[in-house]
Amino acid sequence: MASFDVPVVGDYPICPTPVVQPDSMKGIKPFEVNNPMHNTDLGFPGALVENWQEVAVKKMGELLGKYRSLQVFLDSCVKCGSCTDKCHYFIGTGDPKNMPVARQDLLRQVYRRYFTIAGKLCPKLVGAKDLTKDVLDDWYSYYHQCSQCRRCSVYCPYGIDTAEISMAAREIMDSVGLGQKYTNEILGKNIKIGNNLGMKGPVILNTLEGLEEDVEAATGVAVRYPLDVKGAEVLLVTPSADLFAEPHIDGLIGYGKVFHQAGISWTLSSKASEGANFGMFIGSYANMKKAAMRIQEAARELGVKRIIVGECGHAWRVAYSFWNTLIGPFDFLDPRYPVPQHICEFTYDLIKRGALNLDKSANDNRVVTFHDSCNVSRASRMGTMPGGQFFIPREVIKATCNHFVDMDPATIHEHTFCCGGGGGLLTDDLMPVRVKGAYPRMQALRQVVDNQKVNYLAAICAICKSQFTKVLPYYKFDRDMIGGVHQLVSNAIQLGTKE
Amino acid sequence: MLSMSAVTIFYAVLLYVASAVFVLGVLRRVVIYTRSPAPLRIATMPAPLSRFGVLLRMVREVFLFESLFKSTKWTWLFGFLFHTCLALVITRHLRYFQEPISLVVGLIQPFGKYASLGMLAGLGGLMARRLLVDRIRYISLPSDYLMLVLLMAIVLSGLAMTFCVHTDIVAVKSFALGLTRFSWQPLPSDPILLVHLGLVALLLIVFPISKLLHVPGIFFSPTRNQVDDARERRHVAPWAKESV
Repeated sequence: MASFDVPVVGDYPICPTPVVQPDSMKGIKPFEVNNPMHNTDLGFPGALVENWQEVAVKKMGELLGKYRSLQVFLDSCVKCGSCTDKCHYFIGTGDPKNMPVARQDLLRQVYRRYFTIAGKLCPKLVGAKDLTKDVLDDWYSYYHQCSQCRRCSVYCPYGIDTAEISMAAREIMDSVGLGQKYTNEILGKNIKIGNNLGMKGPVILNTLEGLEEDVEAATGVAVRYPLDVKGAEVLLVTPSADLFAEPHIDGLIGYGKVFHQAGISWTLSSKASEGANFGMFIGSYANMKKAAMRIQEAARELGVKRIIVGECGHAWRVAYSFWNTLIGPFDFLDPRYPVPQHICEFTYDLIKRGALNLDKSANDNRVVTFHDSCNVSRASRMGTMPGGQFFIPREVIKATCNHFVDMDPATIHEHTFCCGGGGGLLTDDLMPVRVKGAYPRMQALRQVVDNQKVNYLAAICAICKSQFTKVLPYYKFDRDMIGGVHQLVSNAIQLGTKE
Repeated sequence: MLSMSAVTIFYAVLLYVASAVFVLGVLRRVVIYTRSPAPLRIATMPAPLSRFGVLLRMVREVFLFESLFKSTKWTWLFGFLFHTCLALVITRHLRYFQEPISLVVGLIQPFGKYASLGMLAGLGGLMARRLLVDRIRYISLPSDYLMLVLLMAIVLSGLAMTFCVHTDIVAVKSFALGLTRFSWQPLPSDPILLVHLGLVALLLIVFPISKLLHVPGIFFSPTRNQVDDARERRHVAPWAKESV
């Protein structure tokens, strides 16, 4: 099935630390931008510029002045090794450049050479290196073997977050014209058209009308999936994958049923038909802001009172942690609700108030476990307490089914492993990286499948859902195991009994 | 001030220069860190919801090495041992700059004396990890080994004076006090003492241009020192306001 080695799951302990295998993933990299427009749409040079070294070093200097994180993180590492066994890509590949500290060092070596006294005077001593084509190649390869999941940042005694480093590295590469095709092409569509796929309004409308027919045929209840409805109470911003992909669409069906039973008017927007924001992946403040701004404009134009975000990991990070700063203030919305609100927070509140009629036995054929999505866990919050992002989705799940178990404690909550496809890596040209990166999660899943007969892997992230759909079969699991939390809600909700 | 030996003059100047490099170098970094903006909320979650909560998180991080403890118990043990003992040893050394000696420094004396052995054990453990664990060997640079060697040499020369080849510590103290009062006193010219002081001066000089910057760095780490308040407060950096 695969043209590369797939790690073997089954022997516990959960995360065996591999022996260092230098360069085992060297040269593995995603497609570069070949249509210059995919770069220029984002304000980057169309192709690698002639004086790229000079431009890159200058850009690095600019970023050092703009981001305290970059400056402090590049200075502070003591090579203690705490992070070395924490990255799923290292665990899955054994390539030492996938150890977070070594990944950072690819940038740090250049920082030291051009920006520090020690690196200028005695480069060999402190591992400082000139920015050569070899170094640039390593950057392109290994900064696209990082899903920016922040797991390393949990364990670093100085809080060094490799995601920040890899974002900066990608921004530097973009600024010299070395863009990644997958991310940049998609981000361009999002900024120009409103979603990652470039779907225009009529296409979305058609999809939603089809969905209404399907749901009515299945349940006998006319649940609405509205688009561009002015004056609706809620604007729902969800990853566009929810509109067409499996199993994502079952989650969208679930959101609609929740709104229906709660009697709260809502709408999607054709202008802001994307929750994802790939601007974060390439560290581009300007592009991230542009993509997010469509949502603020749509909310104003539609006159909604609240914004709710669907199941998506990095989208929720951008929404929760960055929106207010990027596109706020949200003083035009109803101040009684947090802005933005996560769909799980919304559904959880309704459950607590008894506003939903959920029949747990509808999911009796399932033993459910929950994959904490990395960006939700380590870069956001839900509810009013720290850790609500772990508690609330689980409470929603437990309200919809009778059989729930957690995976190994070392692989959930803040310790969770990335699915292997986040951070702009969800592209077929990176399959070896994605499959190997999924290894720790697959290992933990294997344990609960063997011991507790788990047959449903719930996630609240569009990337996790797509990634697992593709990767599960490599590890001899059924691809249909993966589904959303609101897919469970959708199954359990008893339409026509409350509204 | 009469009949000052060349050794005394050399060491007095060296220690002044080293102290100045250390203070100004670290200060310069701190100014750079303070001035560079933090344009987005990036606390590693779950994060505290208040400034007080952040203070507690920083205290746990700085004094207990909380994140390292979550990660690897061996490195934590060696690192914690080294740093705690270093704190005791430094506090004990304050006796050379105080007359009369303060209560805390007096109380710490018996512990501080043996803490240098703890430092040595901690450094030995960290060196062993660097040499024996393939992952850590891979990321280790010459400067990482040299830093451990430098610290070990400082500890060993200090230990030698405490337990084997005693030096005239009354004279050392009057030299140290003299430095602080800008009234130089003669420094005993025992080789071990000179090595000890010379290496300490070297450590102070390389501090601001080496990985020892982790000391000021931790206080400025955005993933640790930020409040989880992004939904409630905006954090627009000046450059983001102007240009984006």
